[in-house]
Amino acid sequence: MTFTPSHFTAVLLFATFASVVFAITQRSTPRAMAKYGVYCWVLFVGSVVAASWLMYFIRK
Amino acid sequence: MASKAQTPAAPATPGFAYSALILGWLVPGAGHLLTRHWIRALLLFLAITAMFALGLAMQAKVYAPNTGDPLDMLGFAGDLGAGVLYFVARIFSLGASTVQLVTADYGTKFVVVAGLLNFVAAVDAHNLRIGRKL
Repeated sequence: MTFTPSHFTAVLLFATFASVVFAITQRSTPRAMAKYGVYCWVLFVGSVVAASWLMYFIRK
Repeated sequence: MASKAQTPAAPATPGFAYSALILGWLVPGAGHLLTRHWIRALLLFLAITAMFALGLAMQAKVYAPNTGDPLDMLGFAGDLGAGVLYFVARIFSLGASTVQLVTADYGTKFVVVAGLLNFVAAVDAHNLRIGRKL
């Protein structure tokens, strides 16, 4: 079985799995875990989108 | 003056103190099972195993020991963090020996990071086990 995601799909998957682990290991209560997990996910994906736009303008 | 957070608490459960660390390294989430955090264990197992499996499905390079290349040795250390998943991948020759596709490069990172995240999860299980984290 092979899986060939786009770059963005790979980013979304990576951000989701890493955020779940970070949330569980870095916070103690379920509510804090949920908030921290969402925070990590947004930072992962947001930084990739920001870097992508930066590279787009550098290329132009 | 030691703060309350720095004061080590009594062991949560009797027995071998490093059992959660070792079990958590061998099987993702198993250390949390030992400390009776069922949902955390399930989520960790799903996240780490899925990341490792998707990496292999992307034709990831699975690093071997003793290649002589320092970067390969670092990759091996990361891969080894996945515990039993790594040994299964090596025994059944899953993944690829070289990176030939763009997605294989992503997959290689998925496998290495899954191992590193499992190290973090195993240490967290150890902290729960010895009462350092609640």
